[in-house]
Amino acid sequence: MTPTPTSLAAPTGGRERPRGALRPLMARHGIDMKQLFIALLFTLITAGFGGAAFAQDAASAPAAAAAVMDAASGAAAAAPAAPAAAPVPNKGDVAWMLVCTALVIMMSIPALALFYGGLVRSKNMLSVLMQVLVVFSMIVVLWCLYGYSLAFSEGNAFFGGFDRIFMRGLFDAATGEFTMGATFSKGVVIPELLFLAFQATFAAITCCLIVGAFAERMKFSAVLLFMAIWFTFSYVPIAHMVWFWPGPDAYTSKELVDGLNAKAGWIWQMGALDFAGGTVVHINAAVAGLVGAYMVGKRVGYGREAFTPHSLTLTMVGAALLWVGWFGFNAGSALEAGNTAVLAFMNTFSATAAAVLAWSIGEALIKGKASMLGAASGAVAGLVAITPACGNVGLMGAIVIGFVAGFACLWGVSGLKKMLGADDSLDVFGVHGVGGIVGALLTGVFNSQALGGPGVVSDWVTGAVSSVPVMEQVWIQLKAVAITIVWSGVVSLIAYKVVDMLVGLRVSEEDEREGLDISAHGETAYHN
Amino acid sequence: MKMVTAIVKPFKLDEVREALSVIGVQGVTVTEVKGFGRQKGHTELYRGAEYVVDFLPKVKIEAAVDDAIVDQVIEAIEASARTGKIGDGKIFVSTLEQVVRIRTGETGKDAL
Repeated sequence: MTPTPTSLAAPTGGRERPRGALRPLMARHGIDMKQLFIALLFTLITAGFGGAAFAQDAASAPAAAAAVMDAASGAAAAAPAAPAAAPVPNKGDVAWMLVCTALVIMMSIPALALFYGGLVRSKNMLSVLMQVLVVFSMIVVLWCLYGYSLAFSEGNAFFGGFDRIFMRGLFDAATGEFTMGATFSKGVVIPELLFLAFQATFAAITCCLIVGAFAERMKFSAVLLFMAIWFTFSYVPIAHMVWFWPGPDAYTSKELVDGLNAKAGWIWQMGALDFAGGTVVHINAAVAGLVGAYMVGKRVGYGREAFTPHSLTLTMVGAALLWVGWFGFNAGSALEAGNTAVLAFMNTFSATAAAVLAWSIGEALIKGKASMLGAASGAVAGLVAITPACGNVGLMGAIVIGFVAGFACLWGVSGLKKMLGADDSLDVFGVHGVGGIVGALLTGVFNSQALGGPGVVSDWVTGAVSSVPVMEQVWIQLKAVAITIVWSGVVSLIAYKVVDMLVGLRVSEEDEREGLDISAHGETAYHN
Repeated sequence: MKMVTAIVKPFKLDEVREALSVIGVQGVTVTEVKGFGRQKGHTELYRGAEYVVDFLPKVKIEAAVDDAIVDQVIEAIEASARTGKIGDGKIFVSTLEQVVRIRTGETGKDAL
């Protein structure tokens, strides 16, 4: 463990006692600070727990990429005359993935922050920006400390191991060498550290998405504490279950296939398709958000007062930046600058456009007017729905998915929202949940080569593809969706309960009326 | 002396100001206000949430004028602010007891 007592005690102990009229106000802040420290303490404990386990595990178990290398050298041993040369990353692939990583960072800050921020009342603008910025930063650090290892190193079907704890084994300072990580193509590698960075942005934005569901009323300390718990016990395992596999190079002969597949994550083993995070990112976050909306309760005045978005201009700016950043998210998920990236790029492009049209048409037909907020929401709905599908479906399939998602999410934020009865402030479930589920299921439909899709790998040794019957694939997709909903739902429920017991979920009614900008952060977004 | 207070449609402000200048009104105070009258508000729709906006933006013009021109002032505002549609606004006239020009200390009519 790190020497936490001194470092944590110093700020409160060292602070001068407030005097006079300011006292009650300062005292209240004192409580908030204490709660914040509890949140940070928890984070450190989690990291410490990781550290202890790391010490135990240090000697055992090779890393995923190392396993790939081992398998490659195993093949080389069979043919001793030709020693296998270490694969060298292509500079184009590395450049592409660096750009994609930066694009996905832009999706959270500022894109998502602005998209969400514009939708709240001006008195809560900074609280949303702040929650997104700090959650993003905290998750990136947790990801580097232990998240990546637990998600993307070899372990069991649910969690990874501790091989990559504290980013161990990715960069050798003595030799200056970087460990290579697998992509989806045999013999194509990128530095595993780059994969870690790319995936860090995914973990971070997923947590940031949840913020929208309980915006305008949750304590800042509670937000951070919840995110640390939920990230550890929902994001990390779902990412492992859906995305972890030994990589294509390991599959050198038919006899190895079953053994290697058994090392992959649970949902991956089922054959579920999730190219860039329909389950891992969107459904996962949406369920956490919906549970949060129920647990935290409705905003004061919900249904009686007008909660008018304070700046749809900023929401539009955010939505547009999200669209651009999403090319990094989706096309980057190909992990190399190749044909699949192009397919994912185009599908992300066209599905989103189709969803904008669908939402606008739907609004014009049902409500009489097509709104800007509707069109911007349609863009996000399309982006969400195409996320699991982008590299897994054909060109027309993508447009259909976008269209369906546009209409479905319009229902998600109106009809379904009324049925659910939760104050999901910024419709995280209506857009990301519904869009994610629609996308995940339709991925199973339009993956089929008969419907213009690329099919799935059916022979791991040669990389040959074929089609799984549509209903069979949809059933697999449905199982993946259901597992994600239940897993995230249960983890969220427990996490909110724990946070409620430790620091309390909600600000006081007085603070909520005043606005979180002033009451939680002591500043104001707009002066005039 | 009279205080003439007119609530008019915002886009009519320039025409009203013009008309008042023509008849010699030396100064007015303008405030952006919200309110409701017989004109109905409108509904705004944000995703699933529908809000009725009852208070519509208007402009309040206040002019302190001499009794001699008060009828002209009312006519000028009426003529320049009218569109003939509901929501054109109202004019209120009240008696003004005292006026002081701060710079010179003049009072009453001289201060107008």
